[in-house]
Amino acid sequence: MTSTLTARPASHRARPVPRSGTRRRRTLYFIATHAIAIALAIMFAAPIVFVALTALMTDEQALTSSLWPQEWNWSNFSEVFSKSHLLQWTANTFVYAATATVFMLLSSVPVAYALARFRFRGRKAAFLLVITMMMLPPQVVAVPVYTLWARFELTGTLWPLILPMLLGDAFSIFLLRQFLVTIPRDYTDAARVDGCTDFSTLIRVILPMARPAIAAVALFTFFYCWNDYYGPLLYTDPGEQSSWTLSLGLATFKAFHSVQWNLTMAATLLVTAPVIIVFFFAQRVFIEGVTLTGVKG
Amino acid sequence: MAATHAAPPPPSRGRRGEGLKALLWLSPFLVGTSLFFVYPFLATIFFSFHRYDLFTLEYVGLDNWAYVFSDQLVIQSAANTLWLVVFMVPAQLLFALGMAQLLTKVKAGAGILRTIFYLPSLVPLVAGTVAFVFLLNPATGPVNQILGFFGIEGPDWFGSSAWSKPSLTLLGMWGIGNTMMIFLAALLDVPKHLYEAAAIDGASAWRQFRSVTLPMISPVLMFSAITGVIYALQYFTQAMIASRVASGGTDSAGSTFTPGYPDGSLLTLPQHLFHTGFRDWMMGAASVHALLLFAAAMIFTLMLLRQFRKAEES
Repeated sequence: MTSTLTARPASHRARPVPRSGTRRRRTLYFIATHAIAIALAIMFAAPIVFVALTALMTDEQALTSSLWPQEWNWSNFSEVFSKSHLLQWTANTFVYAATATVFMLLSSVPVAYALARFRFRGRKAAFLLVITMMMLPPQVVAVPVYTLWARFELTGTLWPLILPMLLGDAFSIFLLRQFLVTIPRDYTDAARVDGCTDFSTLIRVILPMARPAIAAVALFTFFYCWNDYYGPLLYTDPGEQSSWTLSLGLATFKAFHSVQWNLTMAATLLVTAPVIIVFFFAQRVFIEGVTLTGVKG
Repeated sequence: MAATHAAPPPPSRGRRGEGLKALLWLSPFLVGTSLFFVYPFLATIFFSFHRYDLFTLEYVGLDNWAYVFSDQLVIQSAANTLWLVVFMVPAQLLFALGMAQLLTKVKAGAGILRTIFYLPSLVPLVAGTVAFVFLLNPATGPVNQILGFFGIEGPDWFGSSAWSKPSLTLLGMWGIGNTMMIFLAALLDVPKHLYEAAAIDGASAWRQFRSVTLPMISPVLMFSAITGVIYALQYFTQAMIASRVASGGTDSAGSTFTPGYPDGSLLTLPQHLFHTGFRDWMMGAASVHALLLFAAAMIFTLMLLRQFRKAEES
C-alpha cells in the first residue's frame, strides 16, 4: 500500500503526502500506461513471430489460414539455400556493403574533419551543401548518372554503387561533422602546439575520440547497402540472377515460389537475421548514432 | 558567421591559407558533387528536351513535357505520392511521438520496450514489406484471421486499391523506431524543473504537454517532419515490392507486370520515373519526371536549410 508503486521514493519524501484520491489515480495511471505499452510491444513483435511460425510450416499448411505449425519443418531453411542463389546473393551483398563502407570512411572522415575544424569563408555554405546532397532524392539525377556508368560499361555490376563512395557520402559527412564539432578545440590546438600537422592531428587526436561516431556511420552505411533495393535494381541485370543482391532476390522470391509462403517467410527471416544479430552486439553504437542524426544543428 | 566562433583568436596562417587548405580537404566531396549532381542536373534539363534511349539522341523541343503533363499515370502517381505526404507522414510522426512519450512514462521494463519498438526499423525494407504482404493476405495471413475472432471482416489490404496505401502506412508505423528514438532523446532533454513549475501552477498533463513539451521539442519535430516529407517524395521500395509480391509479377524481361498493383494505387512518382526511364527507356520523359521531383524536394530542402541556419545562429 505504500507509495513505491506510484512515485519515486526520493521525491516522495519532499512532497506533501498525496490524498488517497490522487494516489488511486496514480495507480490507475500506472496500470494504464503499462497496459498500453505491453499491448503495443505485442503488436510490434507479432509480425516477426508470425513470419517465424509460417517459415516452419509445411507447404500445404502454409497455404491455409492456420497460425500454429502442426509439425516443425526446420528443413525449410536449408531448402531456401538449395532452391535459390541465396549464398551467392549474400556474398554479393556483403562485398557491396563492405567495400562501400571502407570507401565511405576513407573519403568522408577527412571531409567531415575539415568541415568541423577549419576556419574558412564558405564553411557554412559547404555544410548546407552537404545537407542538400543528403536530402536529394537519388532518382532526380538517375538518367544522366546511369548514362555515365553505361559509357564506362559498368552497368550490370554493383560498381556504380560502390565507386561514388570514394568521393564522400553526404549523410556520413553530416553525421560525423555533427559529432566532431562537439570535440573541444583545446585538443586540436594542443596538438598543433606540439607540432602536429592537420593530418596527424586527425589520425592521432580526432580518430580515437570520434570512435563512437565512426562506428555509427560505418554501421549505418553497411546496413544501408545491405538493405538497398533501388540501387541494385537499377544497375544489375534483371535476367542474371547470380549478379543480384539479397534485396533483389527476396523481392522476386515469391514470384518464383508462388505457392510456398513458408519458403518465402524462411528467406525473409534469413535476410533479416544478420541485421538483428549485429544490432544486439552493437546496440549502444546504434542508439548513440540515431540520436546524433536528430540534433538540430 | 561571427557568432559560431567569435572567441578564439584568428589562426596564425590567416584566413586565406585555411581557405586553400579547406578546398583541398573538401575536394573529394566537391568533385563528387560536381560529378554526381551538378553535371547530371544540367544533363537532365538537356535530356528533357530530347528523345533519348541510351543509343539515339534527337531534339524534340517540348514534346516530353507535353507528353508528361498529358500522361494519366503521372497524375495518378503524383496523387499517390501526395497521399503519402498528407496521411502517412503525419501518422508516422504522431505515432512515434506517442510511443516516445509513453516510454518516458513507463517505469518497469523501459529498456526492453525501447528495444522492441526500435528493432522493426532495422528490418530490411524488402523483408518487412514481403512479411506485411503475407501478414495482411486475406486468405493465408494471420491479421484477418485474428480480426475474424472478434467478428470483424478484414479488408483485402494490398489487394484493394482503397486499402493498399493504408497497408503501407501500417508498415511505415511499424518501422518508425528511428524517429521514436530521436523524439525520446528530445523529450528527455526537456529540463525537469519546467514540468515541476507547471505542476505547481496547477497545469494538467495535457496543458503541460502543450505548453512545455511541444515548444521545447518543436525544432526536433520540425526537422523530422521535413525529412519525413522528403523521404515520402522518394518513396519507392516498399510500394514496388508490395505491388510485385501481391500481384505475383516479376521484373524479368518480357513479363507483363503492370506497376502500381492494384489499379495503379501504389504507383509513386519515383516508381513511374523508374519504369518510364529504365524499363521503357523513354529517358527524355523520365528526365521531366526527375525535374518535377527535384522541384518538390527542393522546396522542403530549403525549409530544412532554413531550420539549420536558425539552429546555428541560436
